[in-house]
Amino acid sequence: METTIKATNLTKSFGDFTAVDKLNFEVKKGEIFGFLGANGAGKTTAMKMLIGISKPTAGDAVVADYKVSTQADLVKKNIGYMSQKFALYDDLNIKENIQFFGGIYGLNAKLIQQKYQQVVDNLGLENYVKQLVKSLPLGLKQKLAFSVALLHQPKVVFLDEPTGGVDPITRRQFWELIYEAADRGTTIFVTTHYMDEAEYCDRISMMVDGKIKALDTSKALKKEFGAETLNEVFLKLAR
Amino acid sequence: MSLQISDISKSFKDLKALKHISLEVRENELFGLIGPDGAGKTTLFRILASLLLPDEGQANVAGFDVIKDYKQLRKNIGYMPGKFSLYQDLTVEENLNFFATIFNSSIEENYDLIKDIYVQIEPFKKRKAGDLSGGMKQKLALSCALIHKPKVLFLDEPTTGVDPVSRNEFWGMLKKLQKKGITIFVSTPYMDEAALCDRIAFINQGEILQVDTPSAIVKNFAKQVLNIQTPSIYKALRVLGSYQHTHSIYPFGESLHYMDSRKDFDWNEVLNHLRNEKIKDVEGELISPEIEDVFMELSRN
Amino acid sequence: MKKFIGFVKKEFYHIFRDKRSLFILFGMPIAQILLFGFAISNEINNVDIAILDKADDKNSKEIIVNLKASKYFNVIDHLQSEKEIETAFQKGKVKAVVTFDQDFARNLQRPETSKFQIITDATNPNVANTITNYINSIVVKYQMVNLQQDPPPQLVQSESRMFFNPALESVYMFVPGVMTVILMLVSAMMTSISITREKEVGTMEILLVSPLKPSTVIAGKVVPYIFLSLINAIVIVLLSVFVFQMPIEGSIFWLVTASLLFIITSLSLGILISTLSSTQQTAMMISLMGLMLPTILLSGFIFPIESMPYPLQLISHIIPAKWFIIIIKSIMLKGVGFSFFWKETLILVVMTIFLLGLSIKKYKIRLA
Repeated sequence: METTIKATNLTKSFGDFTAVDKLNFEVKKGEIFGFLGANGAGKTTAMKMLIGISKPTAGDAVVADYKVSTQADLVKKNIGYMSQKFALYDDLNIKENIQFFGGIYGLNAKLIQQKYQQVVDNLGLENYVKQLVKSLPLGLKQKLAFSVALLHQPKVVFLDEPTGGVDPITRRQFWELIYEAADRGTTIFVTTHYMDEAEYCDRISMMVDGKIKALDTSKALKKEFGAETLNEVFLKLAR
Repeated sequence: MSLQISDISKSFKDLKALKHISLEVRENELFGLIGPDGAGKTTLFRILASLLLPDEGQANVAGFDVIKDYKQLRKNIGYMPGKFSLYQDLTVEENLNFFATIFNSSIEENYDLIKDIYVQIEPFKKRKAGDLSGGMKQKLALSCALIHKPKVLFLDEPTTGVDPVSRNEFWGMLKKLQKKGITIFVSTPYMDEAALCDRIAFINQGEILQVDTPSAIVKNFAKQVLNIQTPSIYKALRVLGSYQHTHSIYPFGESLHYMDSRKDFDWNEVLNHLRNEKIKDVEGELISPEIEDVFMELSRN
Repeated sequence: MKKFIGFVKKEFYHIFRDKRSLFILFGMPIAQILLFGFAISNEINNVDIAILDKADDKNSKEIIVNLKASKYFNVIDHLQSEKEIETAFQKGKVKAVVTFDQDFARNLQRPETSKFQIITDATNPNVANTITNYINSIVVKYQMVNLQQDPPPQLVQSESRMFFNPALESVYMFVPGVMTVILMLVSAMMTSISITREKEVGTMEILLVSPLKPSTVIAGKVVPYIFLSLINAIVIVLLSVFVFQMPIEGSIFWLVTASLLFIITSLSLGILISTLSSTQQTAMMISLMGLMLPTILLSGFIFPIESMPYPLQLISHIIPAKWFIIIIKSIMLKGVGFSFFWKETLILVVMTIFLLGLSIKKYKIRLA
């Protein structure tokens, strides 16, 4: 199986504080990988390194065939990113958003038009094309944001707490989109501290104090820690 | 009754945030309002805290009308808004002192009430509130909301954005407060927190879907739930999505929850259908529904 | 009362912990006064002028000598005919041309027909105006000293500003203006921002559900800024007295009273703004666009109200700063008593009562 993310002793220190301490893990092509940790466990710092906006102080990671330490620009070109806090411009309509983000990744006008049509058809957005994104229902907005993150067909998509607080039905519809993308071979990297979100991932890593303390499938983790739920596993680890 | 809400409606422009909400919360109850973002939870909380006027209907909190007796009401409730709402540039101690002063109280006066919570943040009392971790902030906010010994405590999504360890601790604190005689009205988008409440109300799109104890809600659920496990979740999802007898099919973490449109059904028939469609290693069993199953079923209608 | 003190204490924590705002708060008045005092001034020095002396007699020559002797002017050219005037200006060599008619000396005795003309380059009207006034005053002085003559009526056009500012120090003119702007800024902008900050951060929600009365919240917000504004006013006055040797002719009591009154006016404006805006950014924009600009442009601080178009003159009446500037100019520069500015004070009092009433009425006891 092909590997799309491979971290080797990935480390980040700020002064004498080590936020991320020698991470080693691999994520395979088409895998949905859950990256969990409590607030302040180093989750965000680790992800910033993986998406090429922060340089590791030691070690390295290869993301979509490029090294984050020296080829950050190429890493950025080959990944997609979506966070719940910011994903789309609220005051632009669907097309304008797609044109903007398509443009950022260097797609040509013809391809953008084609992708736009595809997104509108796939998500059933015909009735919303004239509206600004801010007036879309939350669920649709998220699906649209995810589709936009996939516009340039990245090898990996990083999702930062994509469905926290979203109603259960919409959340599941969103996960169907994620499954579909993974099925087509896109690697999905989800950072979250919501256990119910983590449950949907193929494998889960749990970070405590800058280190990965556990990494396996949800089922195996529960078995290993003798826990009923992922929440329990996490509580046992964190103590 | 500690809380009486009858026929409350509220609109913002053309958005109907609350549609004829009626609800009762008993004295000393830990009552949960469960619903996703945008369901109207915060609007209802603000109306109950006398921060917003309802368009229609009336509500009583601890015997005070939310419109007429708002002055009395404000003295008798504690309110913790969803967003962290303390002074970030003030230290832990200064925040607490300030809120004690404006409620004509002092930290010492009600120390026994906040003690359990405050001892955890006391080591950081000289630290600015803005520099605290999420869990610590939440404990401080709770202490501030309790400083005047309120009869009713309103907590609007207190656990949103807080990690599981802190969430767990937080619910433990609520249970203790309840023992001290405080009525607690709490909202959350997390279905798994529903089980921790005495009674819950489901809210979605401004409407109350159901009110009951968590166990009764699950017990009275009419549909059977088939839990399906397979390594190829996505393929199974697609197959069952177009299966003629499917009532609903949702991914539930690493498994799928299936409900049939028929009253009685043989679940092996469903599993065999999957196997016939070349889905590998299919396993399944009937399970008692989870709170989330019920919520989704209710909000579908 | 305990609640109120607790609230004020909290406000001071905010103020003293926000180092950047604190720096602006106290750095700005000093910077502005020094800026206006030293750099930006209407004062003119070494202005190049030309002379067209058709009279060429004793009087005109003596006046030219006087012009040359003053530190304000350099006579760099003697023109031969009217035709050369325009080219002199076009080349940008000179800012003004003084012409004497042939029968200047004779007509000097009969002022109403005196043929003496000042032509100025009015691309900068303020400077042109000042130049005209300066030349005029030199000529008038010459007449009074050398001809033992009362100044001829049409030459006593010297503006009131020179009348009460004999040394022609422009910093005197700016002190009342700067004080007005600073008080407006500190009182109105800072209060509105500090109230909207509570809305934005969400703490206003908590304050509202507490038993605090709206009046306590407002008073608690306002008192610290009254205090800070007063300190600023004192700093400005001290600076102008000790750095620029500016005299304070009138009573200190009225100066303080008038300043307090204006501070309260500005504070009520600040509260009003905060009721209209939900974010600090909006509050700041409204304060800057709605208060600062009119205060600077329409109050008579920089541009004389008399020379504004009529509609703007009308608008200037509703600007509190205009009245305050008149009052403190009367106190600081003219040294006149209350009887001379009671009308302006009354206008300001009425405005303040109206704004304060409106802002307390508008202050919401609930959200939205």
